[in-house]
Amino acid sequence: MKQKMSFSLMRATFAAVALMFTAVTSAQAELLIRITEGADSAIPVSVVPFAENGSMPAGDKLSSIVQADLAMSGEFRPLPPEKMLSLPSKRSDVYFRDWRMLGQRYVLVGELTRNGDRVQARYELFDVNREERILGETAAAPASNIRSLAHHVSDKVYEAITGVPGAFSTKLAYVTLQRANGKALYRLQVSDIDGKRAGIRLESKEPILSPAWSPDGKKLAYVSFETGKPAIFIHQLSSGERTKVADFPGLNSAPTWSADGQSLLMTLSKDGNAEIYQMNLQSRKVTKLTNHWAIDTEAAWDSSGKGIFFTSDRSGGPQIYYMEEPGAEPRRLTFGSRYNARPRPDSTGKYVYYVHQRDRAFTIARTNLESGDETVLTRTESDESPSVSPNGRMLIYATKQNGESILTVISADGGAAYSLPASEGDVRDPAWGPIVR
Amino acid sequence: MKLSAQAKVIALLFSVGLVAGCSTTGENMEDGGYGSDVEPIDQDGGSTVYGGGDQGGISSSSMTEEERMEIQKQTEQQALREVTTFYFDFDTSEIKPEARDVLMAHARYLSNNPGQKVRLEGHGDERGSKEYNLALGERRANAVQRFLVVNGASRGQMETVSYGEEKPAVMGSSESAWAQNRRVELVFE
Repeated sequence: MKQKMSFSLMRATFAAVALMFTAVTSAQAELLIRITEGADSAIPVSVVPFAENGSMPAGDKLSSIVQADLAMSGEFRPLPPEKMLSLPSKRSDVYFRDWRMLGQRYVLVGELTRNGDRVQARYELFDVNREERILGETAAAPASNIRSLAHHVSDKVYEAITGVPGAFSTKLAYVTLQRANGKALYRLQVSDIDGKRAGIRLESKEPILSPAWSPDGKKLAYVSFETGKPAIFIHQLSSGERTKVADFPGLNSAPTWSADGQSLLMTLSKDGNAEIYQMNLQSRKVTKLTNHWAIDTEAAWDSSGKGIFFTSDRSGGPQIYYMEEPGAEPRRLTFGSRYNARPRPDSTGKYVYYVHQRDRAFTIARTNLESGDETVLTRTESDESPSVSPNGRMLIYATKQNGESILTVISADGGAAYSLPASEGDVRDPAWGPIVR
Repeated sequence: MKLSAQAKVIALLFSVGLVAGCSTTGENMEDGGYGSDVEPIDQDGGSTVYGGGDQGGISSSSMTEEERMEIQKQTEQQALREVTTFYFDFDTSEIKPEARDVLMAHARYLSNNPGQKVRLEGHGDERGSKEYNLALGERRANAVQRFLVVNGASRGQMETVSYGEEKPAVMGSSESAWAQNRRVELVFE
């Protein structure tokens, strides 16, 4: 009873603190976006500027946001509007011969209609070679939320062409770090995947790390040193309410969620050294899943929700291991290098991504779980914290550029890329959010 | 705390002087007036307080060889304890041989001063993964803690925390920066 009371007291205190922080919504260090390279195999697509009925809000046009989204994925090469021979907004105005001549595979046309404080989009996607409409839809959003409407259109276009749901409406969580006069300021932020609409969720003078999204996209678990030592918090994004769920002696780190959102995997060292535990979030009870004198950490459920990937240095250096089920005898998966750590499986169950040392460089690699083949994906040198997009098509990670930490997004096969440097200071610890329906 | 070499010498000389003073004036230094010009007097308890006399109160010749050795040892120990940061090789938590004498001095000091608390802060360099580095930093701090306990300190005097790669001592991505960042710091409270 007494313990329960102090828990709720604690919760109330943290909620108050968080509210204070969430009130600061303007991002001090915003993310910039730089498309660094496109894949050779990128599909030519034309996003024709949408016709407009009624007044539209100032700022980026919906069609230019869609065009940027598709380019950013690396899988598409949008035609600049100035090279288009006509600007159709409905099927009857689309001359397929013209678009074929321009080497285009797909054409997206549409119109926007202002309806009170809402904007409605009607849009159609055509396959140029087959001269067929492959997508036709209307969607609406508040006029203040053109960006969300645009990302929704991008998701639909992406899915119509590739057969895989788009991830343009998903969110990123990350931590920025600014240093001034020897003082550090850490900020946990959430933004769109192009770095836009960033908002600060927590600000601290002590380190914040390892943000992890709940499967419903409503909460973040993370590690904060605000009490002078690492503790795991769960942060409700809509209310700003925070709960400290793990504050055992020693390490409380590396939280990741189960698919049902009911439990967390985490690393605790309360019994002497770093082991992996599962915490039931209702009862707060922890169950120990590994038992070894070596470091066991960075656990994540596989796509089936049955097995667990993790890092262990039981062989002498960090390597990726897999448990068929919680507590089962671990099997080593990586052998090609003396340092492999921080596994992150994708949603398809086909690949696991991780930090991989090659010669002196720390890169991101993936292993095909069927064949066991390993591929190094990055050419940068101090890479860490890989996080896969929920559709398995893109990967974000942290790396260094000119001495500062930046985020880089690549297609999951290592092809195209864009980077998200902070306008000021470091940005690190990216976590790609789920697709929320 | 960082002292210049000169300041250290002065501090050491001063502490030697104090110890020497203590050894000649005995336990009633505060009564006797350290360095003052008084004659020996009998006190109720029968102990004798010596004043300065011809030798000005401080006399190294009045120290036994044993005492001098003890002073020298204490001076050396104190000098050793000026070092509070211990470095590690990449992905290891093994205490380097050159750190042992210094850690022994810290262990002895903690053992002699049971009220003294110390915080052991473990760190790693920026390479590799953050969470693994957090665990590695803890293992380094634990290695130092074990060494101190084996050599006489008590576990209750110590608290360990790992910052992983979050608090580098030196900014930059060079071998030298990395080497300075893989460390355990002893913070006396």
